[in-house]
Amino acid sequence: MSMSKTAAYLALAGAAALALAACAPAAPAQRIGLGTTPSAAQIRAWDIDVRADGAGLPPGSGSVAQGKAIYEARCLACHGANGEQGPAPRLAGGRGTLAGKAPVLTVGSYWPYATTLYDYIRRAMPLDRPQSLTPDEVYAVTAYTLHLNGIVGPDAVLDAESLARVRMPNRDGFRQVLK
Amino acid sequence: MDKAAPAAGAQVPAPPSPRRRRFIAGGAIAAAGGVAALPGAARAAAPDNLPQNVPLNVPLDVPQWMREPGAGFLNPPYGLPSPFEQGVVRKLPDAPSPFPTATRTPLQSLFGSTTPNGLFFERHHAGVPAIDPAQHRLMVHGLVERPLMLTMRDLLRFPAVSRSHFIECSGNSMAEFKAPGKGSVQNIHGLLSGAEWTGVRLADVLREAGLRPAAAWILAEGADAAAMTRSIPLAKALDDALLVYGQNGEMLRPEQGYPLRLLLPGYEGNMNIKWLRRLKVGDAPFQTREETAKYTDLMPDGTARQFTFAMGVKSVITAPSARQVLDGRGFREISGLAWSGHGRIVRVEVSLDGGRRWQAAALDGPVQSRALTRFRFPWVWNGEEAVLQSRARDEAGNLQPTRAELIGRDGRNSIYHYNAIQSWKVAADGEVSNVHV
Repeated sequence: MSMSKTAAYLALAGAAALALAACAPAAPAQRIGLGTTPSAAQIRAWDIDVRADGAGLPPGSGSVAQGKAIYEARCLACHGANGEQGPAPRLAGGRGTLAGKAPVLTVGSYWPYATTLYDYIRRAMPLDRPQSLTPDEVYAVTAYTLHLNGIVGPDAVLDAESLARVRMPNRDGFRQVLK
Repeated sequence: MDKAAPAAGAQVPAPPSPRRRRFIAGGAIAAAGGVAALPGAARAAAPDNLPQNVPLNVPLDVPQWMREPGAGFLNPPYGLPSPFEQGVVRKLPDAPSPFPTATRTPLQSLFGSTTPNGLFFERHHAGVPAIDPAQHRLMVHGLVERPLMLTMRDLLRFPAVSRSHFIECSGNSMAEFKAPGKGSVQNIHGLLSGAEWTGVRLADVLREAGLRPAAAWILAEGADAAAMTRSIPLAKALDDALLVYGQNGEMLRPEQGYPLRLLLPGYEGNMNIKWLRRLKVGDAPFQTREETAKYTDLMPDGTARQFTFAMGVKSVITAPSARQVLDGRGFREISGLAWSGHGRIVRVEVSLDGGRRWQAAALDGPVQSRALTRFRFPWVWNGEEAVLQSRARDEAGNLQPTRAELIGRDGRNSIYHYNAIQSWKVAADGEVSNVHV
């Protein structure tokens, strides 16, 4: 930190202290000046979320066929041969069960957005090695999971544009309460 | 150095001498004989390899622990509960799981309204990370004028506040939607704890970054292997949200988010993002897995409620409670906890007859907003069967529902936000059990 910057911080802190003395324990009315500014590259490195509209999806693509191979190597042990066995939460099936006595909540029956699948796999899966899949691999596993639910065909290839266009069966099944 | 000092880290310190051993065992037997009167006593049994036939610590005996000096200081440096309280611990669910689940707080063994840090319930989605605070960073970016990178040292220099708040997992008590659970109040309602939190107002940190006009939601992300994320409405962030590093006077425990946790008073436990490393300001909710596939409430018509943030007004009697046995008729105080995600508790009532007649309980003060509140009610048990209930009302006017009212409204397929009145049946033999009335 440069001398002039330090002096500026100290002046600010003094002003904050005066403000506090005047009307303690109110928060300072102005900026304190702590912290640094991250570089664009630093922000990019951590900015991994994908929004419902697809904002944040990275370049790359993956096919259902590629996804099947990755799924069998990295996902099958917990999610079962076709995404319906577990022991991890079921990925496929359950359509039409939500109003019944034993609802089955899966990607196909419940999830409102396909983009969420990309976001979640990218940040948290597989459980034993999260954030180890490449963007292409995440697209491929996303495509395969959607295919297990009959949402995309066997020849589908997904990228940022096509994944954002996928409409999920339960897209209109949620009511925002906000309370 | 006192020879009696146990090895550091030992679970149960070895008693210092054979004579002393005998008397400690005698004390344990006496305590165990008191049964439900001492919350921790029933399960805090003495090791069974100790002699059983020892004099009790009653007049005219002078106990051995008054006839020789006790253990020295720093024994160990970070203090531990008495070995007689070794049964008072958090518990995993009875059914084993290969995936992260949760541990529960022993509500039946605690007093007041503060949960000790070692007994605070745990829920995580991919394990507890071991974070070096010197390497931890909080990044604030998105719809802000000045993206910010803050170290823990930076955050410790901000103006701080300390406030008491509960955290309840939104899945707490979920099994009660289906059938009365067979376990203790710990098993049934133990995804609930309360603490005094210390940290920085999120509003102060957001002022440093400067919000852009379109700002409406904030994505909060953890530095764990789940990179746990939830979308937070801006109004809550600017109202009473905190970035906390302190819990009950010391740094957060690793399982509670060390070194930094988002605290959203009264909101679903999972939204209080632990190991907080990123806040991204946006103009819409981010629709993460944890606010779509999980933590949404499936209604009987097959649609789901989303963004049901605040935990509903709720109370539960912790003494006496299920799996305890009353040790005789006569006076005992009924006591429990009440809380609401919508503000302060204003009234708690107790029923001794399954909800027909209600009487006001006393509240320990000061009653704080979105904090555990201890209530007390004097009771003389006449030895007859009773069904004990408590119901709470909050300052927003919400009244805790009966189970029938809750299920009539939300159905049985919802697994979150169960806040119905709890019924404990006291049988004529003193046994307390969980019933649905």
